Amino acid sequence: MGRKIANIQLSEEYEGVLRKEQRSFMTGNEVVAWAALAAKADFMYGYPITPQNEIMHYWARLAPHFGRGFLQTEDEMSAGFAMLGGALVGKKTFSATAGPGNVLMQEPISMAEMMRIPGVWIIQQRGGPSTATVIYSQQELRLTTTGGNGEGLRIVYSTASHQELFEYTIKAFNTAWQYRFPTFVLGDGYQAKMREAVTLFRPEARGWRLIPAEPILRPPGVPARDRDPVHLRNTFNIEEELYDRLVDQLAAYDRMTAEVIEWEAEVSPETELLLVAHGIVARAAKQAQENLNRQGKKVGYFRPITVRPFPGSALRQAVAANPNLRLLVVESAHGQLLALVKAELYGFTNPLDSLLRPGVGITAEEIEEAVTQHGQKEAVS
Amino acid sequence: MRESGRMVIREPLVNENMPLSWRKETKPHRFCPGCGHGIALKALGEVVDELGILDQVLYGCDIGCSLLSWDFFNFDSIQTHHGRTIPVIVGAKRARPETVGIAYMGDGGGYAIGAQHLVNAAQRGEQITAILANNTLYAMTGGQMAPTTLPGQKTGTSPYGREVTKTGLPLQGPELVAAIAPEGSYVARATVGEYQQLKKYLKKALDNQIAGRGFSFVEVLSTCPTNWRTNAKQTWAFLQGEMARHFKVGEFRAAETIPAGEER
Repeated sequence: MGRKIANIQLSEEYEGVLRKEQRSFMTGNEVVAWAALAAKADFMYGYPITPQNEIMHYWARLAPHFGRGFLQTEDEMSAGFAMLGGALVGKKTFSATAGPGNVLMQEPISMAEMMRIPGVWIIQQRGGPSTATVIYSQQELRLTTTGGNGEGLRIVYSTASHQELFEYTIKAFNTAWQYRFPTFVLGDGYQAKMREAVTLFRPEARGWRLIPAEPILRPPGVPARDRDPVHLRNTFNIEEELYDRLVDQLAAYDRMTAEVIEWEAEVSPETELLLVAHGIVARAAKQAQENLNRQGKKVGYFRPITVRPFPGSALRQAVAANPNLRLLVVESAHGQLLALVKAELYGFTNPLDSLLRPGVGITAEEIEEAVTQHGQKEAVS
Repeated sequence: MRESGRMVIREPLVNENMPLSWRKETKPHRFCPGCGHGIALKALGEVVDELGILDQVLYGCDIGCSLLSWDFFNFDSIQTHHGRTIPVIVGAKRARPETVGIAYMGDGGGYAIGAQHLVNAAQRGEQITAILANNTLYAMTGGQMAPTTLPGQKTGTSPYGREVTKTGLPLQGPELVAAIAPEGSYVARATVGEYQQLKKYLKKALDNQIAGRGFSFVEVLSTCPTNWRTNAKQTWAFLQGEMARHFKVGEFRAAETIPAGEER
């Protein structure tokens, strides 16, 4: 895979970082590159867009010493389709993008959905719509979970810390190659650019089994002699042909859902207000919850880690704990998480409020203030 | 029963002249009578046979009429998206360099919606072989104007004929690729009207990839009587006459340096 510039000394040094479970202080983008290395990713195809660029930089620097590949393509469509080509011949491929790049990336992702081609995408959300800011948002939730002209048959992990970026990136490769649905790590510009402590490790050393990649095209054997040729199509002649295919895929997705959904919840029958947030905002929500609980307020916390498939049954269970429970949905977008929560809670009559700050960070203090104001508002009415 | 849902009117033709790499179970093929794709693909099949690379080939076809070739051969294949066959094959080739990657597309896929992929793959010297059928229009979608439509040619979206002052002259694909592709590239324009030459160019294009010299590109002048609304005689006359006048057949870049556009 490319010119041999492997430096044994350097590769041993890098290996040593993982072997020693080294506590490190680095940016989230650097963490992702290390995670892809630890997950035995074979090839990254990428196109520059802020705030994910350093994933490419670090990967391009690390990859040659481990026989892994990198290609900077002409755009995100090319990066995404090249990923599919690499995955089809049995390699673990990934990319990273954001904002308008995420929009362009939806085309190859829809092909991956249709043809069940595995792949891992790291999304470092930036402000939107359009070019907007290179900084931060949670406005790519809808696009990442259900973009493309299909049914959103993907798995999306929304991370909240550098340790999670490392672990869920590794996990994303396993999920993608086990279930053959496109898999995402949904980060953001804050996670991408800030430095934070993280422990890097070899997944095998912790007993994590890495799912191997198998060739879908060009498996062993001479076609038409040792085996049938593999002919993959994504175009169908009649409606029923497509429908039959989709029924199978939706069933496979449903079977998988129970195995992959993840969430965090802190709720009890005494909880009066449930904060709902994902990603880095969930960290502020957790902090706010702790502060408010110290003040004697009965505040709970719910955080979907898989934002697709959404842990709806867990959310319903949390809400059902107390019929008078109020909800406050907090996000750096204008109602993208809120829409998911409302859909999952169809039929419930609990009061639901929101703190929506599209494209802007949210602190624990702002959430606490919203909760306090909420209480005052209620007292007035 | 054919997957297309069309009625089976005869048993598949199994003909001794078919290349070994053709999948006989999927013949007769799905292209319209008089379409040039069958000739281009027959030549490709024969070349794969001659080179003995059946087990190395990864064949990608675009969306457009070329998608109908997805199960045409005995080698592994994938239908991609309109214009996106080159990046899929580039990705596979980069990941497994022992692959012989073939990207097969039409003029809309290669010169319009996927032009950036053709240009950049050529510029980077990607070790793949791109084959582009030029029939001067978008055939699958019902005959719209393409970058290759001839001046004055009537199509669905140029109903009064292509006006060059408003929509330009036919794109000269191999000339463009030859201008940007690095040393070691192979670039040619063939025609389904000259079968032996077509085969020779395709063989050289695959040879160029196998030898690891660089990017290979062959445009094949092809026919579309359905959308041209021509009979057999008119189809042949358009291919050999008007098309040949606008698109110069020959090798533009090869291992041995050949003056641009010189016919061989």
